[in-house]
Amino acid sequence: MLVFILKRLVNAVFVMMAVAFLAFAIFQVAGDPVEMLANEQMSQADRDALRDRMGLNDPMPVQFLRFVGNAAQGDFGMSYRNNQDVIGLIAERFPATMELVLVATLISLVVGIPLGILTAIGRGRWFAEGLQFVSIIGVSLPSFVVGIMLILVFSVILGWAPSFGRGEVVDFGWWSTGLLTPSGRAALVLPAISLSLYQITLIMRLVRAEMLEVLRTDFIKFARARGIPRRKIWFRHALRNCLMPVVTMTAMNVGVLIAFALITETVFQWPGMGMLFIQAVTFLDFPVMAAYLVIISFIFVLLNTAVDISYAIIDPRLRSAR
Amino acid sequence: MKPTQAGLLATAALMTAVSAQAETLRWGSARDIYSLDPYSYGDSYTIAFMNHVYEALVRYDENLEIEGALATEWEIVSPAVWRFHLREGVKFQDGAEFNADDVIASLTRVSDPASPLKGNLPAYKSATKVDDYTVDIELTGPYPLLLNDLTNILIFDAGWLKDNDAEKPSDAAAGVENYATNNANGTGPFVVESRTPDAETVLVRSDDWWDEPRHNIDRIEFTPITSAPTRVAALLSGEINFTEEAPVQDLERLAAAPGVTLMETPSLRTIMFGFNRKPELEDGRENPFNDLRVRQAFDIAIDRDLLAERVFRGKSRPSGSMVAPEIPGYAEALDAYPAADAEKARALLAEAGHEGLEFSLVCTNDAYVNDEELCRAVVSMLSRAGFSPTLDSAPQALQTPKRAGGKSDVYIIGWATLPMMDAYSVLQQIIHTKGEAWGVFNWGGWSYPEIDKLIEQASTEMDREKRLAIETEALAMAKEELVMLPLYQQPMAWAMSEDVESVMQNPDNKARHWLTRLAE
Repeated sequence: MLVFILKRLVNAVFVMMAVAFLAFAIFQVAGDPVEMLANEQMSQADRDALRDRMGLNDPMPVQFLRFVGNAAQGDFGMSYRNNQDVIGLIAERFPATMELVLVATLISLVVGIPLGILTAIGRGRWFAEGLQFVSIIGVSLPSFVVGIMLILVFSVILGWAPSFGRGEVVDFGWWSTGLLTPSGRAALVLPAISLSLYQITLIMRLVRAEMLEVLRTDFIKFARARGIPRRKIWFRHALRNCLMPVVTMTAMNVGVLIAFALITETVFQWPGMGMLFIQAVTFLDFPVMAAYLVIISFIFVLLNTAVDISYAIIDPRLRSAR
Repeated sequence: MKPTQAGLLATAALMTAVSAQAETLRWGSARDIYSLDPYSYGDSYTIAFMNHVYEALVRYDENLEIEGALATEWEIVSPAVWRFHLREGVKFQDGAEFNADDVIASLTRVSDPASPLKGNLPAYKSATKVDDYTVDIELTGPYPLLLNDLTNILIFDAGWLKDNDAEKPSDAAAGVENYATNNANGTGPFVVESRTPDAETVLVRSDDWWDEPRHNIDRIEFTPITSAPTRVAALLSGEINFTEEAPVQDLERLAAAPGVTLMETPSLRTIMFGFNRKPELEDGRENPFNDLRVRQAFDIAIDRDLLAERVFRGKSRPSGSMVAPEIPGYAEALDAYPAADAEKARALLAEAGHEGLEFSLVCTNDAYVNDEELCRAVVSMLSRAGFSPTLDSAPQALQTPKRAGGKSDVYIIGWATLPMMDAYSVLQQIIHTKGEAWGVFNWGGWSYPEIDKLIEQASTEMDREKRLAIETEALAMAKEELVMLPLYQQPMAWAMSEDVESVMQNPDNKARHWLTRLAE
């Protein structure tokens, strides 16, 4: 067991190194930050001096080793764009993204599971097929289009919810939350819905498939034969057996949602990590871009490794399989 | 005044402040400022915004003429020494008195080797205190544009910088953070109340401003909204009441919306094409653009009026001049451009022996207003005139290394002469032969020694009229040789709701809200 866990952890480290290298390689071809940093009036000598001080003239292996060495100690340097510590910047944005992602996850569960049940037990009926059809549209619409449509309807025409920003926030130490103020909650609604639409469809389809599977099994047939009411069979017996894969998928998808949040955050000017990253890309702010990529991959790797290990603990057969 | 009386008055003031709480300017911009430290980044937009909080020795008035701000008058003591007399009785927002030490500390900070703003004060050598309200600024030699440069050097309080360990500028390369990045203490009309990067920066009226306020704003909520459709939606839904970046494609819709006012004008930014002028093109061919006839054919192949009509819906200003009419050094005679004539262009190109000339046009798609649409239109105009252009369009971050590295055949560039606002800017940075202090944006690699001589002469000519005449002459020679091919001044559009009564709009595209009136 210990060997298995160690193997997974070594794997994770290698994946992280590969990500760091890729991130670094991209920056080598992305362009010259000095050209973006300087204004019309800066002389060539000053540009050269700046490039030199930023270490951009060093050979690539030296730059890469310096980057990995610092990153391993949690030091991603300072943002070129606003001259602030990168880790501090990301920590500031992290609560905004997490709150958005968690609320979107909650919405997708609360809406997705009942819809999944509904489409499973009403298979072949008009409302179930209708929902299935609508969900395809939901998946295929790009999320920025969804965001802009939500803004158009609920902000511009109806005036119910703000179109941008996070509203008023309350600080608890380094964690800032918008959940405790009315304007914060109002600002959360549209982006959370926009982000959750895709997840709702996924969960709905997963629950539907699992439900249909379970409803075909023998123990449901026996339960029915024993005269247990339908409602009880659906929600007690069948649903319970479907929830395990839903929970696993939801946990794994938190990483996906954080990455997806990039677009939603841009549309709604949500001051989260995705917004920070997009701004960094526009200005070739390499320290921020690198830190974001490494941290996001770290979250992915962490979630995957945790899921792998927990599966191995639950099911001993998987240990020898690897 | 007796204490009770003062108390009563204060209560009354408080009550009027509450009843007039509508006096908030909710400003939605296309981008955030970089930091509260105006020296942290060589960015005109950040400096322009921070001008609401900090002030410089001199400033531009509504007509873009330089007037005194923290300095009341100045004189030239000797060719390289300027003496500034400072305004007395000015207070910083934390209560500290403004005097000569503050000017010296600020100039020292901005000219630090690590300061990204060093280039904004190129001729600076040193500053000395004559008395508490007089400062001598010594330059590296005679230099006529010091006042232009100083409009962008905002003044800090020396004591505040020292107390907060912020005497050196922040420096990403060296990992030096700064207190001034997130805190501010200026002499200007507004005080920073709070700042959350990428979310909101709040300014409130300063009651201790030395100048007579012409604005009636109590509070400015500055929110960056980078996504253009969201910004327009925020304006239409009343969440913001002002933006200085209304997207061109939405202008008709905004104009038709009830309660929305548009202010449009061509900006100072001139969009031009530059040619590769090295002996060989990047792919090894002999460079045809060194033939004046090819450049002339290029020039007359482009229909500027059609561009203005189709790409900019009549909002741009077609131009033959490298600088906008508002810029000192501009001459009307140089603004003329040839009528488009595809046949004539084709004949010229054939005469030069370059029919069907293949080249790549390096274009940006996020740097200037409708830049990609512009390049598409130009490519089809050029094709009609016998050229065979391929369009290479990508974000600025990708294209700039190609352009700056001389790897492009023909490239787009926009120049507003900011922050200097003088034709000298374009001559020094684009037209002059490349050198340490010259021709940084001479991306094509040309060299015209006669024009260089004129530019260098202008750089030390202290008589304004003479200097502008020299600059105009240099611009005329550059136009004769088609060193650059100016197309138009790009449009700018500000949009506001009925809550905003009047805004001072200048073609430099900088909002000056100390001149803004909100509807009562």
